[in-house]
Amino acid sequence: MNERVSDTREQIVEGLRQIVPASVPVLGTTHIMRDLNLDSLAVMDFMLTLEDKFDIVISLDKIAEVETLDDLVAVVDQLRARKLKS
Amino acid sequence: MSILNKFAPLRQTYDQLRAVGQNPFEMVFDEMFSPTEGLHKGRRTILLGTNNYLGLTFDQECIDASVEVLKAQGTGTTGSRIANGSYSGHRRLETDLAQFFGRKHCMVFSTGYQANLGMLSTLAGKGDYLLLDSDSHASIYDGARLGHAEVVRFRHNDPDDLAKRLRRLSSEPGAKLVVVEGIYSMLGDAAPLKEMAAVKREAGAWMMVDEAHSLGVLGANGRGLAEEAGVEADVDFVVGTFSKSLGSVGGFCVSDIDGFDVLRVGCRPYMFTASLPPSVMTSTITALQRLQQSPELRTKLHANAHRLYNGLKDLGFKVGPQPNPIVSVALDDPMLAVAFWNRLLEGGVYLNLALPPATPSNLPLLRSSVSAAHTFEQIDRVVQLFETVGRQMGVLAALPPMRRSKPSPVAFPANVELEPVMALGAR
Repeated sequence: MNERVSDTREQIVEGLRQIVPASVPVLGTTHIMRDLNLDSLAVMDFMLTLEDKFDIVISLDKIAEVETLDDLVAVVDQLRARKLKS
Repeated sequence: MSILNKFAPLRQTYDQLRAVGQNPFEMVFDEMFSPTEGLHKGRRTILLGTNNYLGLTFDQECIDASVEVLKAQGTGTTGSRIANGSYSGHRRLETDLAQFFGRKHCMVFSTGYQANLGMLSTLAGKGDYLLLDSDSHASIYDGARLGHAEVVRFRHNDPDDLAKRLRRLSSEPGAKLVVVEGIYSMLGDAAPLKEMAAVKREAGAWMMVDEAHSLGVLGANGRGLAEEAGVEADVDFVVGTFSKSLGSVGGFCVSDIDGFDVLRVGCRPYMFTASLPPSVMTSTITALQRLQQSPELRTKLHANAHRLYNGLKDLGFKVGPQPNPIVSVALDDPMLAVAFWNRLLEGGVYLNLALPPATPSNLPLLRSSVSAAHTFEQIDRVVQLFETVGRQMGVLAALPPMRRSKPSPVAFPANVELEPVMALGAR
């Protein structure tokens, strides 16, 4: 489980790095919209790329739960675990 | 601390718009002369942002029929249909729409927004899935939020992306409802509906098409994109509005699904709102007849749309992917777009300003909607004004000195150069 979480985080950060400047720190407590200066549309479009990266479905109500990177990692990891079970 | 503090960033944007000139979201027309001309601050202004596709708001038959019913049945219904009952006009309008679309059932709503709010929130329940095009209209997103279904987005106009997402949901038991629009309101691009319908069919999903901007615009009979693409049989629900090509206000859903009428007692945005006034229904019924009797309106509409689209494209403006009655010019910077929009207004042309993040690709748009009632002279005047302002603001390359009557300052006011355009008849 821990390995997968680590992998999830790494891949999400890698994705975020493509849309935010390198000088902006991306930490677990980073608030995705406020600290990374992303608007709601940019966040939703980023979720589309994560869905493809992990072959999962992230519904809008799940996205609404996400504020920080840690939140996002938890949501994605939960969905990846669910996919493995099914 | 005010309860409105959370709107501080929005307030800042709003104030910035006011500082540049006319606030595009506070436009007031003192008079309406026709479907294509109104009076703004004493200036006769071409209306190019009203979605009045067939120009029926001043149609004499619609007005006469509406006035007659207004006098006979009064100004309003003063309540909902489940509480106050239906007028004959409600049933007649529903029957006429169902017949026009070749469907068994129709429900009429008080606005197009409410039609989406009602149908999406009611059709897809807990455990079901709504698959929305990422560029969907706000009413579709809001309808999805009001309901209890899981909401999934797919990439705009991308059937393969839709197929991928449906495949990921294939083991989930709930119903899947795919929602697309006939013509998208920002760029005027149509959905690749034939391909979307094939994906939907393959996955065993349901499909709803919002024909708000395509009713009366596309299809041999004006039934919209589903008719034009030849996939009406694959579309389970068609929603639309009366406030565009039919020139009034209201919304609808038509369908062949068995048991449709149960929605009348399960759909809250239908049940708990005042129903349409009888005069509005009558003008809509008459406009629907005009739409069917006058295909030449569609021909003129498309001729106007092509003239504007090609005129702007040939000048070098960034326009949408295909010529349709919605013609949008994308600019690079929001404040440039605001200034450009103000110059157009000062030159006697009103259109819509759409700002990010409510726009595709995060670009500000100068959005036009063409009407069958526009004359070629009006369209040409608009193109000419776009050129003048575009060159003045440096959006288009400056003309060679031979063709330039004045230097092209980016700074304004530059009414000297706008005058010749207005003198052509915009006043």
